[in-house]
Amino acid sequence: MYHMKFFENLGYYFLFLKGLLSKPERFNVFRKQTILEMDSIGIGSFGIVSLISIFTGAVSTIQIGYQLVSGLVPEYLIGRIVRDSNILEFSPTVTCLVLAGKVGSSIASEIGTMKVTEQIDALEIMGVNSANYLVLPKIVAGVITIPLLVTYAMVLSLVGGAISGVLSGIINPEYFVKGLRADFIPFSVFFSMIKSFTFAFIITSVSSFHGYKTEGGALEVGQSSTKAVVYSCMGIIFFDYIISQMFLQR
Amino acid sequence: MIEVSKIFKSFDEKKVLEDISAQFHQSKCNFVIGASGSGKSVLMKCMVGLMDVDKGQIKYGGTDFVSLDYDQKKEIRKEIGMLFQGTALFDSLNVEDNIAFPLRMFTKMTPEEVIERVNFCLQRVNLQNVNKLFPSSISGGMKKRVGIARAIALNPKYLFCDEPNSGLDPITSRLIDELIKEITLEYDITTIINTHDMKSLFEMGDNIIFIYKGLKWWEGAKADIRSSGNKELLDFMKASEF
Repeated sequence: MYHMKFFENLGYYFLFLKGLLSKPERFNVFRKQTILEMDSIGIGSFGIVSLISIFTGAVSTIQIGYQLVSGLVPEYLIGRIVRDSNILEFSPTVTCLVLAGKVGSSIASEIGTMKVTEQIDALEIMGVNSANYLVLPKIVAGVITIPLLVTYAMVLSLVGGAISGVLSGIINPEYFVKGLRADFIPFSVFFSMIKSFTFAFIITSVSSFHGYKTEGGALEVGQSSTKAVVYSCMGIIFFDYIISQMFLQR
Repeated sequence: MIEVSKIFKSFDEKKVLEDISAQFHQSKCNFVIGASGSGKSVLMKCMVGLMDVDKGQIKYGGTDFVSLDYDQKKEIRKEIGMLFQGTALFDSLNVEDNIAFPLRMFTKMTPEEVIERVNFCLQRVNLQNVNKLFPSSISGGMKKRVGIARAIALNPKYLFCDEPNSGLDPITSRLIDELIKEITLEYDITTIINTHDMKSLFEMGDNIIFIYKGLKWWEGAKADIRSSGNKELLDFMKASEF
């Protein structure tokens, strides 16, 4: 029974995505909405992403330094492992999990509130494709902004790693920088971008979907918001595995 | 004119509307009354296309709305204005932008013309100096007026009002009623009002439809209600202290 419900919702999700695919009524309105959403998702998440990235980098340096205690392991490897783990996994995945909580709940509650207060009905009666008007700008803004935030998070996590390495005396800055530059594979950044685009799409579309199918009142808006975060996180983790399996197999 | 014929609507096994046929006339305030759960809101939602009917026809000036595709329905919807029970003003937009929304979306008016039209609509509903206020900072009566101003912004042919007086004090209720009546006559609109408010009905109702348990139970003019001999309608009136 539970799986039937899951597949039913999955079907509705794809129909919902299909409904988005129409030409925006007015391109200048669409552009304005997209810029507003980019401001809300991007600038609005700048602080939390900065904080998370610095500490993720800092903690990864301390933990890797703690585990690589053998005198046979060159010290610069700490920098290299911090670089790869942050670029390949921590920055895209942790940042997007945090954004699923912040941006996803905000999108679901905004659209859910509009649904229960009949604002979406008002759009439909005016002849506006409400899904296209409300959701498409959020997805476009998310797909543009979230990869930029992830790129910023990558840089900041390495800075955080360097600071914590130096402050705690685990590694000196020259070795850390040597580690960052050692055997760098640019594909890692490309891989991280693929993940970011996918996660951005999941966060914005899944959250919009849950907001859009809200029915009832304030309680249901809260429930939709929770579901949006839970399903976005599940989607991120699932596709993290799929993308890693597809691109990182040797 | 709007004509609905043989409308059926059910949710799963529950029949909500059964064989509803009625005509809603131009330049008239057409009332749909009935107890909560009788199906009048579902009828209104079916008429504006927010719900699909199971069977039947809804004709806007001779065009069957039910058989149209999404894009064709959009064209008819541009001729519809709707005042929602909870006003449904967009929270994120101020009063001016709420009223300007359909104008910016569907007309090629210049920004100056849009503002001119917004001010005209606001003036028409007796509101001034509220352009930059947000819906959260205005009273319920003002919200209703802004809702009416938004509904008439595109000069609609059809105006739907869902419980226009709910949550308003008696004086504001009468002002909203008068406004709807004036606008209906002034712009030659076909107005459909869903209400429980019998005072509104006796003040401005031209054509009345009474829905009882999903069926059209009675139809006529307000003058004929008391002499209708229809038990359910008379009970409904008595319960409303009329």
